[in-house]
Amino acid sequence: MADKLQFDLVSPEKLVFSAQVDGVQIPGAEGDFGALPNHSPVMAMLRAGTLVIENDGKTQDYTLDGGFVDVTPQGVTVLAESIGEGAGEEA
Amino acid sequence: MASLKELRNRIASVQATQKITRAMQMVAASKLRRAQEAAEAARPYADRMGAVLANLAAGITDTTSAPRLLAGTGSDQRHLLIVATAERGLCGGFNSSISRLARADAQRLMGEGKQVEILCVGRKGHDALKRSFENELLEPITFQGLKSIGFEQAQQVGEKVLADFAADKFDVCTLYFSRFENVISQIPTGLQIIPASIETSQADNLADNLADALQGAAYDYEPEENDILDALLPRNITVQVLRALLENAASEQGARMSAMDNATRNAGEMIDSLSITYNRSRQAQITKELIEIISGAEAL
Repeated sequence: MADKLQFDLVSPEKLVFSAQVDGVQIPGAEGDFGALPNHSPVMAMLRAGTLVIENDGKTQDYTLDGGFVDVTPQGVTVLAESIGEGAGEEA
Repeated sequence: MASLKELRNRIASVQATQKITRAMQMVAASKLRRAQEAAEAARPYADRMGAVLANLAAGITDTTSAPRLLAGTGSDQRHLLIVATAERGLCGGFNSSISRLARADAQRLMGEGKQVEILCVGRKGHDALKRSFENELLEPITFQGLKSIGFEQAQQVGEKVLADFAADKFDVCTLYFSRFENVISQIPTGLQIIPASIETSQADNLADNLADALQGAAYDYEPEENDILDALLPRNITVQVLRALLENAASEQGARMSAMDNATRNAGEMIDSLSITYNRSRQAQITKELIEIISGAEAL
């Protein structure tokens, strides 16, 4: 079983998502990128777009309206201004 | 001595008051729980934002090129005080303790010959400061009739502050609100938000944690460090305002709850003592009537 990373999705009003996941795809301001466990540390601005969380072969979408991401080898923290539930879970 | 009817009326009126205060206490208690949850839910964002900013700020060595929101305008002549209070009264010393702190600071600053402007968020603070600072008060921002405070409200305040800062209307901005400690203690606090105050002890701590977390690797910034800082600092203002408003909301309900608890208890004591007086005078009257009847019968 591969490593997992701690992913936190935080809006100003509450902690929206916090769990161990396989990976996330992040809509960065200068291009989308994916983060897997042991990613090199990055701080990036986000553009409006879709954030995809991958876990156990499933994906979960959230639409973001810009924000900020802090990636460390242990985990990813996304600070987003407004978060909408995306298409939801898909197989 | 008051007549029996007067006493009865007074007891009834105190009972009615007690009913109101008890209802208000219970309403405040249930609102408090929700407000407290909201305040706690907002903490992770504000904490992480603080951590990221401290981290970025620590990396900036050249203060001349640093954004003005962080480094300041280089002067501290003009102050903007944001006073966040409640929209309603009947919550003990909540509003007045915040206003008192803000007033003391404003008077101190003016005594030092500095220019002061006061922006009130919430009607009560504006009412309290109106008399002393007629010329310094700006048009207040009120959220009357709103059920809950959210990001939008904070943004409204944040945008106003940032617009004024961009228009070079003040140098230093301080935010006054009541920090929610627990139900019986709320601490009025002044927090400087422009230029951003970043606690160095906190920053040191974070730096240590970060060094552990990164395992020696260096951060990549996308876009440049300064660009990120430029984008984050205005957002930080809004987040700080939001946090203050949410803490305030919880404090308000806490203060109201304990104030109404006291009022209910006082009303109870008052009813007790009035009832005793009432019973005593009723008995005295009966005794007096009996004596009159008996002595009348004896005379026959």
